[in-house]
Amino acid sequence: MSLLELKRTPFHERISRLSLPQNFRRWAGYITVGSYDLGLDREYWAIRNAAALIDVTPLMKYLIEGPDAARLLHRITTRDVLKMAVGQVYYTGWCDDEGKMLDDGTVSRLAEQRFRMTSAEPSLRWLAMNAVGMDVKVTEVTDQVAALSLQGPKARAILNRCCGKSLDSLKYFRLMENTLAGHAVTISRTGYTGDLGFEIWMDNADALAIWDALFVAGDDYGLAPCGILAMDMARVEAGLFMIEVDYNPANHAWIDGQKSTPYELGLDWAVSLDKEGYFVGRRALEREQREGPAWKLMGLEIAWEGMERIYAEVGLPPQIPAMAMRGSLPVTAGGQQVGYASTSSWSPVLKKYIALVHLQRPHYEPGTPLSMEITVEHHRRQAPGTVVKLPFYDPEWKKATPVADKPRKAKK
Amino acid sequence: MSSTTVGTARYDAIVIGAGHNGLIAAAYLARAGKKVLVLERREIVGGAAVTEEIFPGYKFTEFSYVVSLLRPEIIRDLELPRHGLKILPLPSTVTPLANGDYLAGWDDHDQTRREIYRHSPRDAEAADEYSRVMARAAKAIKPVIGLVPPDPSSLSLRDLRGLLRLGAYARSLSDKELYRIAKLVTQSSADLLNEWFEFDPLKGTKSASGIIGTFLGPHSPGTAYVLLHHYMGEIDGAFRAWGFAKNGTGGVTAAIASSARALGVEIRTNAAVKQVIVRNGRAAGVALENGDEFEARVVMSAADPKRTFLGFVEAKHFPDEFTQAIRAFRVRGSSGKVNIALSELPDFTCLPGPGPLHRGAISISPSMEYIERAYDEAKYGQFSKRPYIDMVIPSMIDRDMAPPGQHVMSCFVQYAPYDIEGGWDDAKRDAFGETVISTIEQYAPNIRRAIVGMQVITPKDIERIAGITGGNIFHGELLLHQLFFLRPAPQWADFRTPLPGYYFGASGAHPGGGVMGAAGKLAAHEVLKDWK
Repeated sequence: MSLLELKRTPFHERISRLSLPQNFRRWAGYITVGSYDLGLDREYWAIRNAAALIDVTPLMKYLIEGPDAARLLHRITTRDVLKMAVGQVYYTGWCDDEGKMLDDGTVSRLAEQRFRMTSAEPSLRWLAMNAVGMDVKVTEVTDQVAALSLQGPKARAILNRCCGKSLDSLKYFRLMENTLAGHAVTISRTGYTGDLGFEIWMDNADALAIWDALFVAGDDYGLAPCGILAMDMARVEAGLFMIEVDYNPANHAWIDGQKSTPYELGLDWAVSLDKEGYFVGRRALEREQREGPAWKLMGLEIAWEGMERIYAEVGLPPQIPAMAMRGSLPVTAGGQQVGYASTSSWSPVLKKYIALVHLQRPHYEPGTPLSMEITVEHHRRQAPGTVVKLPFYDPEWKKATPVADKPRKAKK
Repeated sequence: MSSTTVGTARYDAIVIGAGHNGLIAAAYLARAGKKVLVLERREIVGGAAVTEEIFPGYKFTEFSYVVSLLRPEIIRDLELPRHGLKILPLPSTVTPLANGDYLAGWDDHDQTRREIYRHSPRDAEAADEYSRVMARAAKAIKPVIGLVPPDPSSLSLRDLRGLLRLGAYARSLSDKELYRIAKLVTQSSADLLNEWFEFDPLKGTKSASGIIGTFLGPHSPGTAYVLLHHYMGEIDGAFRAWGFAKNGTGGVTAAIASSARALGVEIRTNAAVKQVIVRNGRAAGVALENGDEFEARVVMSAADPKRTFLGFVEAKHFPDEFTQAIRAFRVRGSSGKVNIALSELPDFTCLPGPGPLHRGAISISPSMEYIERAYDEAKYGQFSKRPYIDMVIPSMIDRDMAPPGQHVMSCFVQYAPYDIEGGWDDAKRDAFGETVISTIEQYAPNIRRAIVGMQVITPKDIERIAGITGGNIFHGELLLHQLFFLRPAPQWADFRTPLPGYYFGASGAHPGGGVMGAAGKLAAHEVLKDWK
């Protein structure tokens, strides 16, 4: 291996060969697959209609163990970790003392005194700084624990075929110890697609055997390997934001305007102000909760008729990029800028042009008519749209337990 | 070059010294329509930014060897790319360690993090946070560099305006930023780095940039500011990191000279200035060592402060207080340079064979203690037995620097005191060169047999060849009491001098040294402001 080669996940031997366009992306120091197929359709529709297997090993992973493990996570995150049950998984953000978001991820209670935390940014230092005086041990396991995300309506059926224990009773945001093709795994009912989905956590040594077993079990269900580009489209539909794209971690920001609070990102539900004791950012968040956020992350649905009209002016049908776009686009009300879109995407399942938008008060009320700037034949145009609540797409099988294997209809 | 006896040819401005600051000042003055003459003592232009073929085929960047701080607006204003300027990337720093391992800083965030993580997971994250904090502090302090320093004791409109601007700027910073800056300008780099890191080689390597060009060790207060000073170059998107100029730093001054000539500047080499001619209490021209005289409306010195104020002008033209301040200005040279022509690349035990390390800097800085010990020896008049060395192999970055298959290596070495016990002589210079080779040899055993030729430069040589009094690479140490409105002397930091018509625009003026050019540019602007 040459000196400056990127890290490879334990699945590299498989994924690097399967990618037809040899489309690779960097993710947290690892090399991962952007897409496996020549277009994104097959991978995207595997998420929405069958099952897709995504290598998510690059997620930063930490084991937090000891008598004060719960107390440390309770102090750092915005959720009430003291009330968390063993086997439960929390999605949470965490903030600096000004209540500005540093990162977001999941916290899993593996045992009474044992947690796993995932994050997008390295968090060892932040955990250590906050653990002063606590009886807790923090170990980074990013490079030791491999992770696969199995997403899509057939995900449970596939797992039931190759796991030691049935997944039928595993609830949304819960986890279980299991075996897969005889190897010990932890399976959590989590994901980044807004569909039925599971994340499988395993020792690096078992990674290839588990990958292969999943494809044996999943073949009849249309299981496809899926890269992070198709997942990006699905996560926009699911209203899930991405660090460094839809918000900046506060400690990376050059100016205050680049920082966000959990309330501004719509994480009200994940800030437990009623929880016991101090947690980082508490005072600032209490103030923000009282006063209401100045900004809010919402959805914007662009009206198709408007797109048709704007494009018709130059004699074209609407053109929309076939993947999630990360360029910032101004959002206006009556010609005045009131916010911006941080990610926009065509939604193949909804047949809508959608965007995650950051809007200033009072423009963030659902139903507000706003416009998003688009470029049509090199000229700026305002595409009319409507503010909507997130997520854009929320199928009932995402949370239902148990569910029939055959997908019923989506809520919206 | 021919010497003309003049007396008739009158210039608008004469600039003493064709280093980068002198040339930049001259170019800006010519750009404003002035008739400008630059006088250079040596037979070549460049000052301390010169590239010379010391051995046939091997080009040495004799003194200054890297570029980071050269102001982008100067590059644009003087159209330097059109005159041949190319700044090539110098992407990494590798610190070989005594145990056969190494510490690398690559030009890729992930890879650097991963590399530090190998030694200390905690430091890997701390390093990220540290560079963000330093970059933000550098950003906060950077606008100050572009300002002509106001004199806080003055009530002149210009100074008041400057102070107000500075005050308004300081108010725009958050409390956190102000505290951080206050701490940074008073702290030692050792205290600062100990707050952040645990891995010794990382601290050693980072602390090195806090002592460069000073006569201080990592534990001396004030060195943290120098760390910050070095971050300045890294916050401009376009300039990001240290670079190596095509044809060495001589390539930079050649481009500036070419631009200056295109703007109508006349440059005379072999024209050592003896004295500034003073008439009716004003600078009126200069007299050369060879007897030639040139008249001009204004004279600007781009030499070091000592020669500018104690050498070129008789003391009677300055107030005593001023002369005292210049006498007290510290210009203790503390570093030397060893330039080596090589028949093969140095082969480092820690990373054998040719590799990416050869395209970047290689730093002998295994710990802060190592550097502090190196300083201890210098404090008592010796060169360091085990010095801090910053090596660059220019021929790996620009193949034109050496014959095919051959290489040149530039070694910046600290500490080598100007005032060495008993004075510098050939034997001491040789011993100094030997110390450097034997130090490198510990990490790259083939170095000795690869040597084709070697040039050893002591601070005394810097003074002798480049004409910098004391041989300090910054024309005066970057100490807090020698910066901003105190550089080079209280009340005279605005590029003017107590002698009307005489200006000062060099590294010894605000904002300080490095191949930055800000002093030359700002001084030219002040000359033009006074023109009416």
